[in-house]
Amino acid sequence: MKTMAFNEALREGLHEEMARDDSIFVIGEDVITHGGPYKVTEGVAERFPGRIFETPIAEAGIVGVGVGAALAGMRPVVELMYLDFVTCAMDEVVNQAAKMRYMSGGQGSVPMVIRLPCGVGRLLAAQHSQIMESWFMHVPGLQVVVPSTPADAKGLFKSAIRSPDPVMFFEYKRIYTSKGEVPDGEHLVPIGLADIKREGEDATIIAVGPMVEKSLEAAITLEDDGYDVEVVDPRSLSPLDTDTICSSVRKTGRAIVCGEDSAFAGAVSEIAAMIGENCFHDLKAPVARVGSPHVPMPFSAELVKHVVPSSESVVSAVQAVMN
Amino acid sequence: MDLSAEVCLKIYTDMWRIRLFEEEADRQTNLGNVVGTLHMYCGEEAVATGVCANLRDDDYVLGTHRSHGHCLAKGAKSDRMMAELWGKATGTCKGKGGSMHVADFSLNMLGANGIVGAGIGPTTGTALASKLRGTDQVSVCFFGDGAAARGTFHEAIAMGSLWTLPVVYVCENNGYQQWVPRENVAVVDSVADMAASYSIPGVSVDGQDVVEVYEAAGEAVKRAREGGGPTLLEARTYRFYGHSLGDEQQYRSSEEVDEWKENRDPIKLLAQFMRDRDWLSEKQDQTIQAEANAEINAATRFAEESPWPSADEVATDVVAPIQEVA
Repeated sequence: MKTMAFNEALREGLHEEMARDDSIFVIGEDVITHGGPYKVTEGVAERFPGRIFETPIAEAGIVGVGVGAALAGMRPVVELMYLDFVTCAMDEVVNQAAKMRYMSGGQGSVPMVIRLPCGVGRLLAAQHSQIMESWFMHVPGLQVVVPSTPADAKGLFKSAIRSPDPVMFFEYKRIYTSKGEVPDGEHLVPIGLADIKREGEDATIIAVGPMVEKSLEAAITLEDDGYDVEVVDPRSLSPLDTDTICSSVRKTGRAIVCGEDSAFAGAVSEIAAMIGENCFHDLKAPVARVGSPHVPMPFSAELVKHVVPSSESVVSAVQAVMN
Repeated sequence: MDLSAEVCLKIYTDMWRIRLFEEEADRQTNLGNVVGTLHMYCGEEAVATGVCANLRDDDYVLGTHRSHGHCLAKGAKSDRMMAELWGKATGTCKGKGGSMHVADFSLNMLGANGIVGAGIGPTTGTALASKLRGTDQVSVCFFGDGAAARGTFHEAIAMGSLWTLPVVYVCENNGYQQWVPRENVAVVDSVADMAASYSIPGVSVDGQDVVEVYEAAGEAVKRAREGGGPTLLEARTYRFYGHSLGDEQQYRSSEEVDEWKENRDPIKLLAQFMRDRDWLSEKQDQTIQAEANAEINAATRFAEESPWPSADEVATDVVAPIQEVA
């Protein structure tokens, strides 16, 4: 085990995969200069010359080029500087990448990873802070992956690069520098497998992305109330590991689903509905959701703290469910 | 890039295969066998055939919503294409794509596309793949004049030029974007003129004259294959049918359509070109048409006799089965 930051774990995974497979290349805006906006692509230009492309500001073009290269057997790792910019390439993601395998009757596929730096980092307001996981969960043919720790970031990133189908890879900007232990050697985390981050008996918190860390903090606080909560990290939202989530909820009888994105029609809502459908008779209380209110991200720090859910929001939600 | 008698005969044959395929698809629509919609390629046959006659099997082609001609010219089998139009299990895409998504990946024909201008980026991507792998494969993107208005045209061609990629951007300018004459909505008359913005050659040819198309495409393909980068090739052409099935065509006169059919039919023009050189006898002409007709009739029989897809096909080919994942 060694300790490294989230973005360092991604970088190590990228370097390992590029050394393993010549068909992998990187494409995106500013990915060479300064080692990329988040330092994830640092060192790639030097170590793998000719396999990293710094592009014009042209998201539809970038993703479109990725789709074609992937159809031709390459494995592009696409970086969109801010998740918000994916809206400039929605046709390429939704109508092209996601549907090529199906429309061609399985003749072709798009083994492409789209890296999506998302959420609130610095205070950049409504056009540079979105998450939108559920937009892509709704599109068949896309995989939606959301790591919460450096170890999962590396392991899931390597699996995403090896996947024969497109992966929307969500990287919460605020946790790029958060540190954690990463296993030595080849470390792969399969897409579609949830992880129980903490075991408990009284309630199940299903937490997405940075809500995992906040839920683990909340779990400690809740010990004072005498509550022993379990924290499940889905790690991938599509495919969704319904078995692990439902087993936990059946055990505890209570479910609190937490994400940073708007709860309305968000990832947490799909998970909550799935639990309601499958675990109704095991539930001792209604399923609760924790998410942001249905508003654009404001700029002012004073306003932001009312939008992004905190560990205190998780504590309150669990207490409400327990009572 | 002189056109030989042999290549002419091949192109002439393919033009008839395309023309008859489209007319048969239209007939099968009227019989209720082909459903959905069709975007007929009749009138534009010289573009697909003239360009594809310069390509190898391993060169990449991406198309448009009007791509039956591109598929056939690249070598796709008419029987499996017709089955796709019927929605049968034996179709090129197992009945999951239909007319707007016909594709034959074994020929690197990576598909028609239902979104206008959506193939330009991906074709730039196949060209990037060839460059990265160090092959000399060429990529060709067909798109209409309407697609030249889209941002994808600008974004992708700029990258194709920036990285000197082996790609030919072929604009089939048929004068109408769906129901609107081009001059009503475009400020640039010739799409080829837009090439200057990307520092690549822009060439405009008569898209009804396959000799012109073949020669210009030949130069562009050669340039791409030799590492000279992209070309924007505009073929001025005309569609004999409406945009899609059921188009009332109030935006153009029947006289205009008749004039093109009578005097600007690419098949008639090529036949005349060949007869002038004694490359096409009356008997050869009859044989070519009879064989193309027989092929298309066989395609319909194949489609008719083929099974429907089974219900479990609904949920296959969405993503790879889990065991394929590394």
